[in-house]
Amino acid sequence: MRTLSPPSAQSSGNSAPPSRRPSRRRSSTAGNGRFGYVLLSPFLLVFVIGIVGPLVYAVYLSFFRERLIGGNTFVGFENYARALGDHLLMAGLWRVALFLAVQVPVMLAISLLAALAIDSGRLRWAALFRIGIFIPYAVPAVVASLMWGYLYGDNFGLVGQLGRAVGVQVPHLLDQSWMLASIGNVVTWEFVGYNMLILYAALRVIPEELYEAAAIDGAGEFRKAWSIKLPVLRPALLLATIFSIIGTFQLFNEPNIMQSLAPNVITTSYTPNMYAYNLAFNGQQFNYAAAVAVILGLVTAVVAYAVQSRATSREQAR
Amino acid sequence: MSTTTARKGRSPRRNRHSTALTVAMGLMLLYAFLPLVWLLLASTKDSKSLLSSFGLWFGDGFHLFTNIHDVLTYDDGIYVRWFGNTLLYAVVGAGGAAVIATAGGYALAKYRFRGRNAVFALVLGAITIPGTALAVPTYLLFSKVGLVDSPWAVLLPSMVSPFGLYLMRVYAQDAVPDSVLEAARIDGAGELRTFFTISLRLLGPGFVTVLLFSLVATWNNYFLPLIVLSDPKWFPLTVGLNQWNSFATGAAGSGATTTGFYPLIVTGSVLAIVPLVVAFLFLQRFWQSGLASGSVKQ
Repeated sequence: MRTLSPPSAQSSGNSAPPSRRPSRRRSSTAGNGRFGYVLLSPFLLVFVIGIVGPLVYAVYLSFFRERLIGGNTFVGFENYARALGDHLLMAGLWRVALFLAVQVPVMLAISLLAALAIDSGRLRWAALFRIGIFIPYAVPAVVASLMWGYLYGDNFGLVGQLGRAVGVQVPHLLDQSWMLASIGNVVTWEFVGYNMLILYAALRVIPEELYEAAAIDGAGEFRKAWSIKLPVLRPALLLATIFSIIGTFQLFNEPNIMQSLAPNVITTSYTPNMYAYNLAFNGQQFNYAAAVAVILGLVTAVVAYAVQSRATSREQAR
Repeated sequence: MSTTTARKGRSPRRNRHSTALTVAMGLMLLYAFLPLVWLLLASTKDSKSLLSSFGLWFGDGFHLFTNIHDVLTYDDGIYVRWFGNTLLYAVVGAGGAAVIATAGGYALAKYRFRGRNAVFALVLGAITIPGTALAVPTYLLFSKVGLVDSPWAVLLPSMVSPFGLYLMRVYAQDAVPDSVLEAARIDGAGELRTFFTISLRLLGPGFVTVLLFSLVATWNNYFLPLIVLSDPKWFPLTVGLNQWNSFATGAAGSGATTTGFYPLIVTGSVLAIVPLVVAFLFLQRFWQSGLASGSVKQ
């Protein structure tokens, strides 16, 4: 994750090796190192309770199986072998992979264009747009899913009403072929503003002189966006991409809420996370659910890491 | 073209407004707001006109206050209880997360001690472990130690914010100059006093940024409370609202759909959104500057 910072981070000091620091300063802080432990210890405590503990326990559980006779027995990788051959899990993983391939690029492209537009200075009421587009992020996923679910559906059907008003036949958005796109729209609606803000904040730190120099060289707005802004945005874009990847693989809230509106379309294994949840709480298969959760975590980490290392190696090749 | 207002203290590159761009962004704003406008209008309708009237206009009569009254009094005021729970989880959980991440990030940025880099590497790795993947194992572990179905089961995991720690470390690096710390030490101030009287003030915008992001995360949290809580009296709003939804759609097992629940859900949703939107608007000056100078500057 350290590679997320561009080479220019040298000056900010967090990546400078301690040996380069003046020796006097090092000795003055070294004596106070104990206070560093004091400040850090609450974090370490909740970190162990909230993350390390459950993680270790999940791995431990995943190696056992509950038997009617004989209780818990160690079964090694049996749960993992079962998961890899489980077509319900695999179908769920493919579904979120498809979602990732379509929804995330669309969402990030819209966020990027919005951030560039707001930063360009060519936009009237820029501050209003910035805060306005961000507001959906404050809406709980549960409320957003309920709301959009109602909008898509037959009962309230604003989407259908608007379609009829302009004379367009709107497809049934909660059926088999449209559901994934409908969920994609809810997720996009929730997070476009959030990603826009991350990118916009990165744009704000570009020094004005850079634009002035570019203007002297005769660069137009598009040239400036392409040659100055995009390279600066790369680390923030990478960060947004990685958070989006993590979020996609963990997809749960939106399909879980909308399940009540379309129970035949959104099955209990619609996403891997829903599958793990249903295994544990409707099937009482805690050990197998733990193995599924571990696999899901591993897949997420591997994909996030692959995207990050690809992005950074391209960065270094430049 | 409002060149006179735009030029104030700015370079000439920022004074030509583009109408096309404004219209395009206007469409985006419409996309962001239209569902919320629908929700607001829906909260003024009774269940009959909710199902029959046009979504972007009022129905028969104005029922907002009746609806609010119904939401607050249904089932002996369970909604108020859920609201209180959410408030508790948000204030203690998110407040705790922000305080803990600020102290930890500051420690990692400004003190050298053994294991510092190992801790930071571990925490960065943990950012990619999402809370939802941990929810099932968290339930299993907490049920083992008897924490399940108590507010602690929601509060404790909410207080961990690896991203908050990362953000605060990057922020503290620049926001608290080493020279200021040394000056304080030379003047004889203890580390604790320096932290509380000097550093915390400088860390303000970063703190508010972390606070707001963890506030949103805890206020909107659904998966974890859904799993670790079974007693409705500890539910947060998100889990409670979805319970009402399952009553309305008949998914709760009874088989009978109860459209009378829709006004409760819609109005309850509006009331659940308001506090966060208000917090965002009031604190935006602080968190936006914190975001700009801290999280992505690197």
